[in-house]
Amino acid sequence: MARIQTWLADAAAWLEDRIGYSGLQKLAQKKDVPVHRHTIWYYLGGMTLFLFIVQIATGILLLFYYRPSAEEAFESVQFLMAEVKFGWLVRSIHSWAANLMIFTLFLHLFSVLLVKAYRPPRDLTWFSGVGLLGLAMAFGFTGYLLPWNELAYFATRVGTEITGVFPVVGDFFLSVARGGEDVTGATLTRFYAIHVAVLPGATLVILGLHLFLVQKHGMSVPPSVEQEGGARGVMPFFPNFLLRDLVGWLTALAILAALAAFIPAELGQKADPFAPAPAGIKPEWYFMFMFQTLKYLPSHILGIEGELVGVLGFAVAGLFLLLVPVLDRRGARGESSKVFTWIIIGAIVYILVLTYLGYTANPTV
Amino acid sequence: MAAVLYPAGRYIVPPKAGESAAGTVTLPFAPDEIRENEGKIFKFGSRPGILVRLATGELRAFSAACTHLGCIVQYRPDVGHIWCACHNGHFDLNGHVVQGPPPEGLETYVVNVRGDQIVVSKGA
Ligand code: HEM
Ligand code: FES
Repeated sequence: MARIQTWLADAAAWLEDRIGYSGLQKLAQKKDVPVHRHTIWYYLGGMTLFLFIVQIATGILLLFYYRPSAEEAFESVQFLMAEVKFGWLVRSIHSWAANLMIFTLFLHLFSVLLVKAYRPPRDLTWFSGVGLLGLAMAFGFTGYLLPWNELAYFATRVGTEITGVFPVVGDFFLSVARGGEDVTGATLTRFYAIHVAVLPGATLVILGLHLFLVQKHGMSVPPSVEQEGGARGVMPFFPNFLLRDLVGWLTALAILAALAAFIPAELGQKADPFAPAPAGIKPEWYFMFMFQTLKYLPSHILGIEGELVGVLGFAVAGLFLLLVPVLDRRGARGESSKVFTWIIIGAIVYILVLTYLGYTANPTV
Repeated sequence: MAAVLYPAGRYIVPPKAGESAAGTVTLPFAPDEIRENEGKIFKFGSRPGILVRLATGELRAFSAACTHLGCIVQYRPDVGHIWCACHNGHFDLNGHVVQGPPPEGLETYVVNVRGDQIVVSKGA
């Protein structure tokens, strides 16, 4: 027994000499989390991180069988689902965790907005967060095409065609996005490279920055809590907060496993570039509000093509989202900024209503 | 810098594919294989086209790529005209938009029946 203890101590000293982890320990001990009625929102970022780790793990597993070509992609996913032991489970988890990850990301983003945690000096943290949102949506959009089924094919046709609505540069954007004029096997290999290499790399860099900044600035206390006399106290990050995080992660894992087991990912029909778009055509749910908006826009608004107006509208909204910390001057001075709260609530209501309509409005009349 | 960025950027832009110059196609099915009040998708070079037989027996052909965001349209026997499922665009049997977001009508083609062959060509 004593022998083992000496060995362990030696090993620890050896590592300490080389890595110097006691610095890390001090850092972990210093970090704490304010406790107040909005503390619950601090868990959403960590939850999103956990789901991203699940995506990396299951994504790597999928790579063992997936083949990125128009001839083989659909068949390789079919094989994975039908023949490979637990193949259906790995794919279902990848597809469910992608959805849950975007969902928690949205919650994280809107909670940060509503508790005004984007105020300087956390504006850079906010910018990196908006970048991560863009990357996550790009993950979802490129991944959706990979099984090369009918729904994915048309979702990609429409989604990439949108880059073509811009005057002058549109055609160029379109051919870069598709790897040619039409959605073909060339688009698939392009999306594949982006999905499994470009996006994971970019995400790791921006995520690293995001986490570093979160660590550096600590958790912000919402102005509304400050006005009521500040936080009730703090809880140490390690181990108290981290353990609570872990409980959340385990819960998420359980939900994920249940969803994957009871509602496995579907595959549908293989894409056919010469078949009409099927009647139930729809994008992933997080693009639904934009998709539904495009349906309601008339063909021309003030002489400009309807979809161009719609796309520009969303581009402006995206830019607004990115620039919130700069635009919200009152918030930056620590004053309450009711206007921003209402704009944000308005945006949430808009997204909810159009998403609801997207799933319930009769698509054929 | 430029010596690295230019080749890398150029690499990502796909090479131009030779535009399929097909001005005329002979369809892979015979006139009696398309019934009245039915539509069929065909290949016009690398692009989709749609052939419709009206209730009167007349054949008409259009580009099947929706002018909105490029989905492939279909003929709807229940409403008797062409429909795009993507954003609910409706076109009449002259290719004109009757409802929905498409900004302009479908390109129309000329249909000729020669014996048991259907020949479709771009309008002169
Ligand atoms: C390093 C990370 C990742 C790798 C290596 C990876 C790899 C793959 C592969 C090979 C496929 C095709 C197999 C299939 O269709 O089931 C796929 C599909 C997909 N991926 Fe990923 N992925 C990663 C991360 C992500 C992330 C972060 C998201 C979402 C935010 C995501 C969303 C999707 C989606 C929606 C599909 C389509 C699922 C389906 O319907 O089959 N992936 N991924
Ligand atoms: S693509 Fe046809 S209506 Fe939008």
